[in-house]
Amino acid sequence: MKYLRLNLIGWILLLFMAALTPVHAARIGDITEISVWDQTVRFFSFKDPSLRYALTGAILLGLTCGLLGSFLVVRKLALLGDTLSHAVLPGVAAGFLWDMDKNPVAIFIGATVAGLLGSFMVTRITTTTKLKEDTALGMVLACFFGVGICLVTMIQRLPSGNKSGIDKFLFGQAASLGQSDIQLMAVVTLLTFGLVWLFYKELLTVSFDPGFAYSVMIPVAWVHHGFMLLLAFSVVIALQAVGVVLVSAMLITPAATAYLMTDRLHRMLLFACLTGMLAGIMGAFFSFLGHQLPTGPFMVLSAAVLFAVAFFFAPSHGVVIKWWTRRSRSGRVRRENTLKAVFHVLEQEKFRQEGVTLVELAELRRQTLDGTEASCLELVRLGYGTMPPGEKAFYLTPKGMRRAQTIVRNHRLWELYLTDAANYSPDHVHDDAEEIEHILGEDLVRQLERQLNFADRDPHGKPIPSAEEIISAHGTVQSSPPTATGYRKPS
Amino acid sequence: MSEMIPALDWQAIFVAPWTTEFSIYGWIFLMGFLVCAACGLAGNYLILRRMALVGDAISHSVLPGLAIAFLAANAWTNRQAAGEGIDLAVEPSGHGISYGFAIFMGALIAGVLTTLMIEIIHTRTRIKQDAAIGITFSTLFAFGVVLISVYADKVDLDADCVLHGEIAFVSIQPFFTIGTYQLAPSPVIRMGLVAFLTLGLMVVFYKELLVSSFDPGLASSMGINATFVHYALMCWLSVIVVSAFEAVGAILVIAMLILPGATASMLTTRFPIVLMLSLLHAAASSVLGLHLAIWLNSSTAGCMVVAGAGIFCVAWVFSPSQGILPNWLKRRQNSKCLPSGEIGTETVGES
Repeated sequence: MKYLRLNLIGWILLLFMAALTPVHAARIGDITEISVWDQTVRFFSFKDPSLRYALTGAILLGLTCGLLGSFLVVRKLALLGDTLSHAVLPGVAAGFLWDMDKNPVAIFIGATVAGLLGSFMVTRITTTTKLKEDTALGMVLACFFGVGICLVTMIQRLPSGNKSGIDKFLFGQAASLGQSDIQLMAVVTLLTFGLVWLFYKELLTVSFDPGFAYSVMIPVAWVHHGFMLLLAFSVVIALQAVGVVLVSAMLITPAATAYLMTDRLHRMLLFACLTGMLAGIMGAFFSFLGHQLPTGPFMVLSAAVLFAVAFFFAPSHGVVIKWWTRRSRSGRVRRENTLKAVFHVLEQEKFRQEGVTLVELAELRRQTLDGTEASCLELVRLGYGTMPPGEKAFYLTPKGMRRAQTIVRNHRLWELYLTDAANYSPDHVHDDAEEIEHILGEDLVRQLERQLNFADRDPHGKPIPSAEEIISAHGTVQSSPPTATGYRKPS
Repeated sequence: MSEMIPALDWQAIFVAPWTTEFSIYGWIFLMGFLVCAACGLAGNYLILRRMALVGDAISHSVLPGLAIAFLAANAWTNRQAAGEGIDLAVEPSGHGISYGFAIFMGALIAGVLTTLMIEIIHTRTRIKQDAAIGITFSTLFAFGVVLISVYADKVDLDADCVLHGEIAFVSIQPFFTIGTYQLAPSPVIRMGLVAFLTLGLMVVFYKELLVSSFDPGLASSMGINATFVHYALMCWLSVIVVSAFEAVGAILVIAMLILPGATASMLTTRFPIVLMLSLLHAAASSVLGLHLAIWLNSSTAGCMVVAGAGIFCVAWVFSPSQGILPNWLKRRQNSKCLPSGEIGTETVGES
């Protein structure tokens, strides 16, 4: 079951397999055997004019689709891109019928009109009937595509239509791009970038808050229509290289990848363009390795690999990174809770003794003795305490004492704040403080202290260790100067 | 341009398919009707659950499932044949059962995998469901296209079939025989089986499907496992899609899924009537599509979609409750009731 295993190994191995494809491709119907290495050298030496066109085309379409796709993804319109890209097919066929040739301008106009008509139909169906948006999108997609298929079949059955190459529009063949196609693509790319740069503020506002945009006199409807026009343009220029069926992937996948990488729109646009470009180059390369392989699927798979990498390893939204952060954070919380328990035991004894026995600690934490010992050993390893051998006791180091006091101070300050400022009753504040004590930053603690008039007793009458106490007892403490800016994420 | 649209030959287009050439077009019509009916019935639930685009996703992503199933079955039968010394080129019937089973399993796995991938992408990250759907199906579809273009000699699928199916060839497929009696072409038998099973499952689990589609909360309070119903529906959907695949391709099947239900829900709000109307739409669009395809000498499946879309447009314009024309007439009627000038305070006061 070699092929079933293929499915399980993962996308990266898939691309590896794709790199091996010329061996099979050569067997299918090719006369000469193509070696991977020769093709790679040919690819990177840029000697073939058709290859240069293919590569330029792939880069241009990656840039445009990434840029516009970002707006689709943040506006939750991803599948409108899908519908639009399927809906251009009848337009392509009609443009083809204009003079029975692959005239880029006629096809461009036909496809743009069909795409706009498709998005207009979606809007009309959703506004005039009770059908929901997803139904309307699916219906327009499939019906326009059906009309297109009828036209394409009719063209192919014409005597002159068979060698027309209209079937290249279905799955894309970057190698069939000509000079006039590239010029058209370059014009559209420049136009798209220029317009997005000029109207960046308007697009940003309309994408995130149409109501606000309307209130500051931005013509929301016109921005939307203009955007749709640009989108139709970008779909059309991507058609020849990616194909009707998979253009939507070039709109959605690079943009979604960028969406995982950053929180700022302008950076997202940059990342999406880069991802789209990279996917374009990779797709062109892999389809070039084989013989007559469609370019579109390889571009889409390259984009999917990039997405998978971002899905797992994106700086703050990647699944693995998130899992790792959560794990290390829960470890910190666990350690801090142990430190706090040690402090509480010491406090009960009025700080008359140096250390705490593990039995006392286990009783307070309602834990087994082994569990307590394990968590204490963890603290010892990090330098928060010492456990002399042979003695079932735990001694805090100055560093550990400082940390414990800080946590207790956070906890009690927050309890006091809740009772004083938020009028909570004293018996309701503990649980809340238990969670926030691990998060409160130095700045916010200073602000709380000032607001609470440097109080030294919490609502339950226990002393709040003040900052000075912590410093004077143990020398220097690292803290930012007391500014009242509130909690900031440590950079 | 003019050579594209042939003359409207009444005899050849409307009469011949039902008389002299019935043995060819009868099967095509039956196949088209069965595909539209099975898809349309299941599609109603997709529309109700606002999952029309999940249907879109599954219809794209059965392609790699199908391709892998072909490859697996091929490898298996080759090994089998080598073991028993059968030459497959001489005895193609050796493929039969294992292909059917592999394709069925491939469809199920693809359906579950798609649903899971969409779920994982949109619950584990901040990517919204629509983008998750888009990424999932386009990636799987691309994977499928790569597989069938790389293993073109082993997979009995080609790009044209993926896009618009080969329903016109249904009558030249090998017939399913009982004894010496030739019953029907085997694709028709297969699709008929799936259509009847769809109908049967819908009748048996009518209450469960209805309640969990309209009100998942009520469903779980009645002890119906809504998640299970969801996955079961997705699995069955991929079985339907994969059996319709050969006939209508990956993308046109979306139209078959959505159009009957959408048209029917334009005309009525009662769910049982919606189901019957969608069957009616399936029959009408396959008849009209067949005639259109004969006239234009075009793709039959494509023409069936065009005919179905035409019927939807008629319903959209003339539907008594939500149609554009009745609504416009109603508005005009209402505006006539008001005095022609400004809406004065005295009119309001008088009434």
